[in-house]
Amino acid sequence: MTDQTPVLRLEGIVKTFPGVRALDGVSFDVRPGEVHALMGENGAGKSTLMKVLGGIHAPNEGQIFIGEEPVIVTSPKQAKAKGVVFIHQELSLADELTVAENIFLGELPLKSFGRVDWGKLYDDTNAILKTLNVGFDAKTRVGDLSIANQQMVEIGRALTVSPRAVIFDEPTASLTDAEKVVLFEVIAGLQAKGVGIIYISHRMEEIFKITDRISVLRDGQYRGTVNTADTNEDEVTKLMIGRSLDLSRSPVTHELGEVALEAQGLSCGDLFEDVSFKLHKGEVLGFYGLVGAGRTEIAETIFGLRTPSAGKILLNGQEVRISSPIDAVRQGISLVPEDRKDQGLVLGMNCRDNMTLPQVDDLTAGPFVSDGAEIAIFDQYRDKLDIRTPGWRQTVGNLSGGNQQKIVIGKWLSMRPDVLIVDEPTRGIDVGSKSEIHNLIRELAAQGYAVIVISSEMPEVLRVSDRIVAMFNGHVMREFTSEEVTEDNLIQAISGLSDAAA
Amino acid sequence: MQMTRQEVGKLLAKQGILIAFVVFMIGFALANQRFIGIDNVAGVIRSSAILGVMALGVTFVVIGGNLDLSVGSMMSFSTIVVLDLHDKIGPALAIPAMFALTLCLGAFIGFLVGYLKLNSLIVTLGMLSAIHGLTLTWSGGKNMDIADKAGTWFSFFGQDRIMGIPVPILIFALLAAGLTLLLSKTPFGRKVYAVGGNGQAATFSGIPRARVVFYTYLISAFCVAVAGLLQASRSLGSQNTVGQGMELEVLAAVILGGASLLGGSGTVFKTVIGVLILGFIQNGLLLVGLDFYVQYIVTWAIIILAVWLDVAAKRGRLWSPIA
Repeated sequence: MTDQTPVLRLEGIVKTFPGVRALDGVSFDVRPGEVHALMGENGAGKSTLMKVLGGIHAPNEGQIFIGEEPVIVTSPKQAKAKGVVFIHQELSLADELTVAENIFLGELPLKSFGRVDWGKLYDDTNAILKTLNVGFDAKTRVGDLSIANQQMVEIGRALTVSPRAVIFDEPTASLTDAEKVVLFEVIAGLQAKGVGIIYISHRMEEIFKITDRISVLRDGQYRGTVNTADTNEDEVTKLMIGRSLDLSRSPVTHELGEVALEAQGLSCGDLFEDVSFKLHKGEVLGFYGLVGAGRTEIAETIFGLRTPSAGKILLNGQEVRISSPIDAVRQGISLVPEDRKDQGLVLGMNCRDNMTLPQVDDLTAGPFVSDGAEIAIFDQYRDKLDIRTPGWRQTVGNLSGGNQQKIVIGKWLSMRPDVLIVDEPTRGIDVGSKSEIHNLIRELAAQGYAVIVISSEMPEVLRVSDRIVAMFNGHVMREFTSEEVTEDNLIQAISGLSDAAA
Repeated sequence: MQMTRQEVGKLLAKQGILIAFVVFMIGFALANQRFIGIDNVAGVIRSSAILGVMALGVTFVVIGGNLDLSVGSMMSFSTIVVLDLHDKIGPALAIPAMFALTLCLGAFIGFLVGYLKLNSLIVTLGMLSAIHGLTLTWSGGKNMDIADKAGTWFSFFGQDRIMGIPVPILIFALLAAGLTLLLSKTPFGRKVYAVGGNGQAATFSGIPRARVVFYTYLISAFCVAVAGLLQASRSLGSQNTVGQGMELEVLAAVILGGASLLGGSGTVFKTVIGVLILGFIQNGLLLVGLDFYVQYIVTWAIIILAVWLDVAAKRGRLWSPIA
C-alpha cells in the first residue's frame, strides 16, 4: 500500500445510444492491489462500461486514465498494451489449439522468416502457468481442459504483459466451490503484485469475501462507491435497486382459477432436473435465476422444442404429450421466445404476416389466405397492444424493439392460448415500453390467462409475478409467494446458497 | 437536384440489374434492328420457356432458403425417360410415369434437405452427378429417339400452337400464373417465405419447417418434369446431356429476378422477368454476331453481378469493409 496512485481511473464517462443514455457520468478509480467490485442489475450499464474500457465503444464524454496518463482506448489489444486486460465471462479460446498457442494467440514469438519459435513459446507459457499454480502444461489441447482450467488459460493470456489492471467479468459463473478457491488464490496473487482488479459479479457472498470496495451502477448512473468492510448486503442491494420495490409490485387483486398447467418431476438431461410447479388461471408465475439456470430450457420443453427425459406435463388436469411446437400450439400453449430477432420474428416480413403466422392455415377463404381476416386480427391487436407502426405493410425489421416485442406478443395472444409463456419479456427494450409490457402482462392475468414470465431482471420478476420460482443450476431452489419474497432471499435462492447440500 | 455519390451507389445497388438490362437492350437494338422485331421477341420467349418453367420451381426452393443445382441433370432424366417409355408403353402412360419418377427424385432430395437437414448445396450438387449416372444407366448411354416421329400426338406440347400461340409459351404462362397464386396467396406460400426468411422463428411459430422444405423440392421436381416434357416433345429425340449446365442458367434467372440467395424474398413474377432478361441478353449476343459459347461467360458474369448487387442492396452500398 505504498503508491496509492490509482491504476485505472474513470471520470464522468457518458455513453449514449440512439434514445438511450447507457452510461451517465460514471466515475470511479481502482487502486493498486485492490479488488474493486462493480455491481448493478442486468442492463445497469456494466457491460457498456466494459466495452468503453476495452475501446469497443468510444465514450461521448469523460476521460479514462491509466495511471496518471489520460488515454483514448481504441481496441482491446491497445488496452492490453497499456496494461488493462479483460477476463471474459464467455471463454474465447480455440479448442483445437494448445494452451501455449491460445495464451500467445496473435503474438506468437517468431524466429527468422516468420517461423514460430516453439521452444520460447512453451518456455514462456510454462513460466506463466507456474505462477498460476495449475496442473497442466503448455502443450495440452485446450479442448481437453475443464471449464475452470480453461478460465485459467484465459487468465494466463492476461499475464503475457505485466498487467496494471485486470477486469474479471462474472468469473465464477460456471465454477464449482473448489474451483472458486483456486481462482481467488490467483486473484490474491495478482493483488500482492500491486495489480488493480475490477471484479464484476452478482454474487454477494463472493463480493463480501474478496473485494475491498464496491461501486454500484443503476440505469447507467453511478450510484457511489463504498468500502466493503463498512457496508452490508442490504445497503448494496438498495444502491443497486434504488426504489422501494413494494411500490412497483402489483398486488394480487383477483381470484385465482383452476390449475391450467402443471409440471411433475420434469427433467431434461442435465439441463434441469425434477422440476415441479403449478400454474393457475389468472396468475403470473415468475421464473427467476441466473443465465444457465435452466429456465428457458423448461419453457422450450413445455413448448415441444425439447423432449423431456422424465416427468409429466399436465394441461387442465390431463397429461399431455407435446413433441413439437405444432402440438403445443394446438394444445393452447404459446411461447414468446427469449430472442426476438432469431426466434420471434421473420424480420423481412411485414407486421401483419408475422402476427398471423401461427394461424395462417385457419385464416383462409377457399384455398387462399383471406386478406380481410388477417387485417382484422392485426388491427385488433395493434389497438389492444398499442403497437405503433405506419401500417401492416411495414417490414417488422424497421420497428423499434418495444413494438417488435408487441408484435410477437400479439402473434401469440391472437391464438387465444390457455397458457402464455413469456421469456425475457423486455430484453433490449426501452424503459417506457418496458412498463407498458409489464402492465400488459398483469392485465392478461386479470383477464384469466395463465402466464409464465421468465426473467433475469429482479425488479421485473418482482413486479409482474404473483408467485416466483427461484432456480439454480437446473433445480428449483424455492417457490415464493409475493408476500414472502424479498430481494435478499431471492438472491440467496438463485445463488444456490440456501441449498447446503449442493 | 444533385445526387451524392452514396445515393448513386444505393440506386445502383437497388436497381442495378434493371439499369444494366436497359443498357444491354439499347445497345443490342442499335447494333441490330432485328433484335426488337416481333418475330425475334416471340422467338426469345419461346426458347426461354423450358428454362423458365424450371426457374419457376427453383424460385420456391430458393425462397425457402435452399438451392437446387440438380434441375439440369434431372431435366435430362425426365426427357430421356419419357422418350424411352413413349415407344414402350405409349405416350398416354409414358407421361404420367415420367412425372412420377421425377417427383420421386424431388421427394428424395426434399427428404435429405428438409427432414435430415443436410446442406442443400452438397445434396443437390451430388444429385446432379447421381441423376446423370441414373440417366446414362437408363439409356445405356445411347441417344433416345422416338421411332415414328410423324405419327405421334406427343409433339403437341413442344411444337403446336393454340390460337397462334406456341404451346410451350402457354404452358409457361399458365404454370407461372398458378404458382404465383400458390406462392403469394395460400398459407403454404406464406410458410415458404417464413421458413426461408427465418427458419428458427418459423419453427417457434409452429410451422413444420421440414415439410415445407420438402414440398418446395417436390414443386421444383414437378416443374422439371414439365420442362422435360416440353423438351422431349419439341425434339422427339434427345442426348443424355440435354439439360447439362441449365442449373446455373436457372439459378441466374432466379437471382436476376431478385430472389435472395439467403432465402425469404423473391416472387414468381420477378423470376419470369429474370428469365426474360437472361433470354434477351443471350439472344442479343448471338444477333450482334458473337459466338454461341460467349453466352456461358456472360451468364457467369451476370450471376456474379446479381449476387454482388443483392448483397450491396442489403447493406445499402456497393462496397463495405465489413460483411
